[in-house]
Amino acid sequence: MHRVRLVAVFVEDKLGALARATKVLAEADVNIRWVGIASGERVGVVRFLVDRVPDAQKALAAHGFAVSLNEVLALEVEDRPGGLAHVAAALAGHEVNVLNASGFVVTSGKRAVLIIEVEDVARAQAALKGQHVHFISEEELIRL
Amino acid sequence: MGRNDARRGKAYWQRELETLPRRDLEALQLGRLQKTVAQVARRTPFYQAKLAAAGVRGRDVRSLHDVRRLPFTTREDLRATYPCGLLGVPREQAIRLHTSSGTTGKPKAILFSARDVDHAATLMARCLVMSGATRGDVLQNMMTYGLFTGALVMHYGAEKVGMLVIPAGPGSTERQIMLMQDFGTTAIHLTPSFALYLADVLEKRGLDPGRDLSLRLAYVGAEPYTEQTRRKIEEALGVAVFNSYGLSEMNGPGVAFECGARGGMHLWEDHFLMEIVDPATGAPVPDGEHGELVLTTLMREAMPILRYRTRDITAIVRGRCSCGRTHRRIERIAGRADDMFIVRGVNIYPQQIERVLMGLPSLGRNYQIVLDGLDEMTVRVELASTGFDGRIEHLVRLQQEASEALRAEILLRPTVDLVPAGTLPVSEGKAQRVVDRRKL
Repeated sequence: MHRVRLVAVFVEDKLGALARATKVLAEADVNIRWVGIASGERVGVVRFLVDRVPDAQKALAAHGFAVSLNEVLALEVEDRPGGLAHVAAALAGHEVNVLNASGFVVTSGKRAVLIIEVEDVARAQAALKGQHVHFISEEELIRL
Repeated sequence: MGRNDARRGKAYWQRELETLPRRDLEALQLGRLQKTVAQVARRTPFYQAKLAAAGVRGRDVRSLHDVRRLPFTTREDLRATYPCGLLGVPREQAIRLHTSSGTTGKPKAILFSARDVDHAATLMARCLVMSGATRGDVLQNMMTYGLFTGALVMHYGAEKVGMLVIPAGPGSTERQIMLMQDFGTTAIHLTPSFALYLADVLEKRGLDPGRDLSLRLAYVGAEPYTEQTRRKIEEALGVAVFNSYGLSEMNGPGVAFECGARGGMHLWEDHFLMEIVDPATGAPVPDGEHGELVLTTLMREAMPILRYRTRDITAIVRGRCSCGRTHRRIERIAGRADDMFIVRGVNIYPQQIERVLMGLPSLGRNYQIVLDGLDEMTVRVELASTGFDGRIEHLVRLQQEASEALRAEILLRPTVDLVPAGTLPVSEGKAQRVVDRRKL
């Protein structure tokens, strides 16, 4: 079970809140490894992958932010054409409902990381079993 | 009156008066109104001046319609005549003082004669019996005893019925539970928030009200609550909850109360003459339409009040009630007249918005109503401090749910903006909840 925790913050004014939240994290000596902003109808959620989850959570809550943790899966995908298509096809084949996804390249031409948030983690894991997909743990992800 | 009748809600405390044919009831009202006007014209300088200014003499009241010729009494009048300016009897005849909480400055003082205390208790007894309470029931009174009328009027009414009254007062949940268990409490009188808290404590202690307690009736008041909250309390505590209406200026609780049919609250018209008026003009509105409730005391001895502007908005429920009582019913209070605002021609009260928002558990208590542009309404509401799970889909869905729930209540669909807890200014008064930026 390689679940990765994201620290999620509910924000009203996205950029202003992002500035404040990142300042709070910096002051708490928390390093941000990834950030994503989700926007819905007039609401926003900023999510961070950080090296020290409990400290980040504590610092943000102390500064009045509505904080929650989200569990997501991180997969290693080959950085080549069709790398992502392979994973997406496997998930689609098992009717896994993906709520959010984002990716980034770690080493150009070699490794890419895909972060996906699904409704049913067990189903996603089953779908990707035997597909030569490497799940990345939170510790591993932070060390990348 | 048998116990089984009481349980079916078929019992009356004063059958003849409660089921008096309308003609007789109105004749009774007219006689009492004439007596009340004569009394204040004779004894109260405040009303002598008001009647003179309106050009009305006591003998001008020849029908119930003539009540409209009488002057209104406002909250400001009660403050201006504080402490004893509205007394209609010598001071020595007043045996009890209650006050109504004033947000600023002096409170409103209400003085009762011995007969007034007895009448308040009698009306409360009618309400209790109407809800199915009877001799032998055990009432645990969890309201605050003191200047506030709520606890004492209930206390006296329940004793009149012959219930065993436990004057527990609020708080001390553990002791409340002990008393409920040891004395087999069947009825409770408390605020909605304490009722929900009590249910929570019982659950945490592994107590099942159905098995471990004997509760069957709950009188819930002093704070507004939704139908949803009522059902929640009913389910969690295994009780029937009855809506009630009262105000200190008119004795306190027991002015109007639901019967077993629960289709509106019977207002005791042999003690109060009711009118529903347009809050802006004071002109009467037709039965069934919303307006401000205006009450004239018909039996008040120490401190009679003519045409009191309650500022509470309600409507008369049309038609006769299946319970047999002839006293007309009013709807639950829709809001306060002072707080009303109009959007796209619809009269809206912040309390309506508040009740809907309070019914959605993921929302916090703080909200703001912003009126903008060409009659656009936005409700900004804080998410409950525990309501965030990191999922934006849930926030969007909650906004849509809140918007739809509001539409069902106020008949137009406002935009709902969810904001993090602690974002909105903490509001002192309800009126400040509305921010009107319209340029109409």
